[in-house]
Amino acid sequence: MPVIEVTNLHKRYGDTVAVDDVSFHVETGDIFGVLGPNGAGKTTTVECVAGLRVPDGGEVSVFGLDPRRDAARLRQLVGVQLQESQLPDRLRVAEALELYASFYRDPADPAQLIDELGLGPKRNTPYDKLSGGQKQRLSIALALVGNPRIAILDELTTGLDPQARRDTWSLIERVRDRGVTIVLVTHFMEEAERLCDRLAVIDKGRVVALDSPAGLVSAVAPEQRIRFRPSAPLDDRHLTDLPEVTAVTRSGPQVVVTGTGDLLYAVASLLARHRIVVADLRLEQATLDDAFVELTGHRLTD
Amino acid sequence: MHAFGQILRTEAKLHLRDVPTWALTVALPTFILVVLGLIPALREPSPEFGDQSFVTYFTPSLLVITLAMVGINTLPTVLATYRERGILRRLATTPASPLALLTAQLVLALAGILVSAALLAVVARVAFGSPLPQHLLGFTVALVLGTAALLALGLLVAAVAPTAKTAQAMAVPVFMVIMFFGGVYLPRFLLPDFLADVGAYTPPGVQALLDAWTGTAPHPLHLGIMAVVAVTAGVGAAKLFRWE
Repeated sequence: MPVIEVTNLHKRYGDTVAVDDVSFHVETGDIFGVLGPNGAGKTTTVECVAGLRVPDGGEVSVFGLDPRRDAARLRQLVGVQLQESQLPDRLRVAEALELYASFYRDPADPAQLIDELGLGPKRNTPYDKLSGGQKQRLSIALALVGNPRIAILDELTTGLDPQARRDTWSLIERVRDRGVTIVLVTHFMEEAERLCDRLAVIDKGRVVALDSPAGLVSAVAPEQRIRFRPSAPLDDRHLTDLPEVTAVTRSGPQVVVTGTGDLLYAVASLLARHRIVVADLRLEQATLDDAFVELTGHRLTD
Repeated sequence: MHAFGQILRTEAKLHLRDVPTWALTVALPTFILVVLGLIPALREPSPEFGDQSFVTYFTPSLLVITLAMVGINTLPTVLATYRERGILRRLATTPASPLALLTAQLVLALAGILVSAALLAVVARVAFGSPLPQHLLGFTVALVLGTAALLALGLLVAAVAPTAKTAQAMAVPVFMVIMFFGGVYLPRFLLPDFLADVGAYTPPGVQALLDAWTGTAPHPLHLGIMAVVAVTAGVGAAKLFRWE
């Protein structure tokens, strides 16, 4: 059942069109990614979903409610983590969570959330003494303290070091496992590939693709390539006879097989039948990055 | 209600942690009073001040310092900082009413002013034998209306200032005008009659405070003007206030 439905969303600031025409829906319990370069309209889109902005056209529905008209009800159900939103310098971690918990009818236990996010040793630390990663985790905690059914997280790992980023990712997966639907705005391919069940690729205010990360890749660039060095001579014809194989080339002792579908399985079975052992086996597949270039004509991070 | 209590408690803690700001607010007028009171000549009653000492005569003007600092400086700076740093925007995504935050700020501003006024009155009484405000009802009304007028002006500044820096830049001229007409820079008896009269009608209305302190009921016109300023600036602020 979709919990968020966005239909032909349009939003402009003066003469600038921020969101041209965006439609998608998010299923219960999914991690849904909104992926695109800076300025693509991702943030504006989720801000309309969160009820922070009024769309100039189209429909947004969250749990069947209107984010503006039913704002009071939705704020109990939707937790939002905004880009570039800070806290007062002297506010301590535990105080911030207790303050935000007081806003909700059925909040999570602040102390437990602090531990879960690894902020236990920092509970009495003022905001301005936290590191970037700790601030980010606190910000996520604040989005979760109301026990929301949807969490909207905007550029969650921007500015984090790789370790902090991976920690944050596993945190998001744990949150999803508790049944929270997550909308994740990102311009990191790796993040989208690792976390998202489905994602909308947005470019210049329009949705250019809507699929799972693997679906996007295979729809755009279905070709795979296997490289290996066979232990015994192998006739190319055996390979080209396989329906999955489209081409076979050689470079020195290496064989390069290009194909689609379950290419690796088909080639491996063939080699086993001929009792050939391979060395230096490598499978090359297109990445989400390649898919993005294919879809939009430019790279995600220029 | 639970949320408002928590906001008020949290904001109170944040205010108390900002020691220089609240210490200055609460103690500066009393500090100036004590310094002036150390000069013997200023403690002598003089016919020029209606047979009071200069220190007694000047005390209500010192109260203007607190009012102006809290209303025109501290309040708009806090709110503009909250806006600049996205704190208000973040609150807008929660069920918390941003109005609760605003109310909490006003309550704390008022508390600071009352503590400062009480300290000033008590020290003036104990150290220099100045009488406590004689017309207590009149003084309370004048103080509340004068404070309301200044806080409303402060909110108006906060409503239109996008950042803390702009809020402070906008506050400076307003602050100077209020201090000048409030007789803080130059005692009001040194001002030409015309300017002293203007001061009676400029928030926070030092003439009404002075009258009530010395035992005369404040002039209804003076009080009325403060009420009009409070309502006009308050409505203007409410219309212009942006959460982002």
